[in-house]
Amino acid sequence: MSQKILLDKVNIPGIKTYEVYRANGGYASVEKALKTLTPDEVVEEVKTSGLRGRGGAGFPAGMKWSFIDKKSGKPRHLVCNADESEPGTFKDRYLMEYIPHLLIEGMITSSYALGANLSYIYIRGEYMWVYKILERAIAEAKAAGWLGKNILGTGYDLDLYVQIGGGAYICGEETALIESLEGKRGNPRIKPPFPAVSGLWANPTVVNNVETIAAVPWIVNNSGADYAKIGIGRSTGTKLISASGNIKNPGVYEIDLGLSVYEFMNSDEYLGGMSSDRPLKAFVPGGSSVPILPANLIYKTANGEDRLMTYESLSDGGFATGSMLGSGGFIVYDDTACIVRNTWNFSRFYHHESCGQCSPCREGTGWLEKVLHRIENGHGREEDIELLLSIQSKIEGNTICPLGDAASWPVAAAIRHFRDEFEYHIRFPEKIKNRNHFVVEPFESVKHFIVKENV
Amino acid sequence: MERTQYKQEINMTEALMTRINELISHYPEGKQKSALLPVLHEVQDAHNDWLSIELQDKVAEILSIKPVEVYEVVSFYTMFNRRPVGKYMFEFCQTSPCCLNGVEDLMDYTCEKLGVKVGEPTADGLFEVRGVECLGACGYAPMMQLGDFYKEHLTKEKVDQLIDDCKNNTIILHDK
Repeated sequence: MSQKILLDKVNIPGIKTYEVYRANGGYASVEKALKTLTPDEVVEEVKTSGLRGRGGAGFPAGMKWSFIDKKSGKPRHLVCNADESEPGTFKDRYLMEYIPHLLIEGMITSSYALGANLSYIYIRGEYMWVYKILERAIAEAKAAGWLGKNILGTGYDLDLYVQIGGGAYICGEETALIESLEGKRGNPRIKPPFPAVSGLWANPTVVNNVETIAAVPWIVNNSGADYAKIGIGRSTGTKLISASGNIKNPGVYEIDLGLSVYEFMNSDEYLGGMSSDRPLKAFVPGGSSVPILPANLIYKTANGEDRLMTYESLSDGGFATGSMLGSGGFIVYDDTACIVRNTWNFSRFYHHESCGQCSPCREGTGWLEKVLHRIENGHGREEDIELLLSIQSKIEGNTICPLGDAASWPVAAAIRHFRDEFEYHIRFPEKIKNRNHFVVEPFESVKHFIVKENV
Repeated sequence: MERTQYKQEINMTEALMTRINELISHYPEGKQKSALLPVLHEVQDAHNDWLSIELQDKVAEILSIKPVEVYEVVSFYTMFNRRPVGKYMFEFCQTSPCCLNGVEDLMDYTCEKLGVKVGEPTADGLFEVRGVECLGACGYAPMMQLGDFYKEHLTKEKVDQLIDDCKNNTIILHDK
């Protein structure tokens, strides 16, 4: 049984409201930080905790905070990235919808640590009803004296607002998010300068994911050292995993980092195994951008060690035999899923979401989608597999922001681990006419056609 | 290609202007452009879910920015519509986890039932079916967005019910 840090109170009736949240120990971290700790001491606790950015990149949060420019004397800002849109990821929405005050508490405590007096939560446009929940929660917190001027009589001022996006995945990239918060198109900025020096309105800015900020109250209430005791190695604390696909119990789970993938997949406390009696075929552990892994690399690494839910274990073996923890968007596929179709689906997503600023991504994502579409629809050519690899390798690393990488990795991984499935599509177009081709006849049962030909 | 010109009546009510001014107050003096996205959502909601050029010009005027600064934003973000749309927009998520749970069949079913193709409103302007990218509800697939809300764990029966509810005008689209 994993410890609950973020979701321990989520089932208390009425926890969405200020009164119930406060009556259950809510806002204690604000009191403790503002009355007994200096901002730097709060930063130190977060550094000690080893908390890593929960949006996907996994950068140490305390270190990110320590980069904020205090010398220039410019106003500083904390911006919460609630633009959750990585396919497979729906954890931040869960937190904000069911326990909104936890995020607001985290925003106040974290803003204090950074010396920010004006902070924002940037939420994706489609979460319109969650935007309204947060607006109401902020109004409640303000009425109770947790926001505004001279909070708790300590002389610390903070205004906090929610800003709504307009439906663009790219705004989850921190500099695109800042552009959007300034009322512009979500085109990522060239770094440096980093937001910690020049962010929102050219002021020093820290952008953190919802889950990262929501972990701060616990760290302040207990200690960074206590937080670091949970987990394994550099993967400290708990992580929200949003699970979907062909599993029995899809949903959002809080796990101790270090839980084995096998237990997470199969125990009744978590995913409860596959939704039907079909065998496991593949999984994507951290949102659509991270490499897909085939069944033989899911529970064990290439070295034969148990695969664990940690940043390190999931990426063990590099891209050759590993993947990434990413955002914790855990998608499971059974043998009726078509990897080619799935890869095309992801490519369509990235093509649609590319901001269009860098040519390799703007054009390349479209080419990937087009070539994958023709393979999936029975018009593939033998040379298309090499063509896909060539396109993806020319996007990767050649763009301002990581969307280009995110678009190219899933294609490379799908070909790396499921090349025979692409070959099957190209050589037997009449067998894949129906979009549910592997539902009718799973690839395992027709795979021998390919093998024969290759011999 | 010939482009249809659509007319839109602009009605900036007092309640809408109050909300806009409140949104502008969330940003420092001189940074009112930051309010653009939230303001566009409010204005669009109050104008049958679309933004004509004239309406976009009006927003530019209110925020004291150039019209092109509004146009470039409206054309970038998928949630802003530049032509009239169906009153009830069934926006199905069509990204991988929803596909694993049969959203494509469900979209075909819905289109057939309404007698439309994806992206074209019904003749009476009541319904429109769209395929959109990941809405962040992968564990509750298949799903769609209808107004400000998500409709999850969809089945054909649930789609039938939603269509009936829309026809009977018992659906709440916006959370005001």
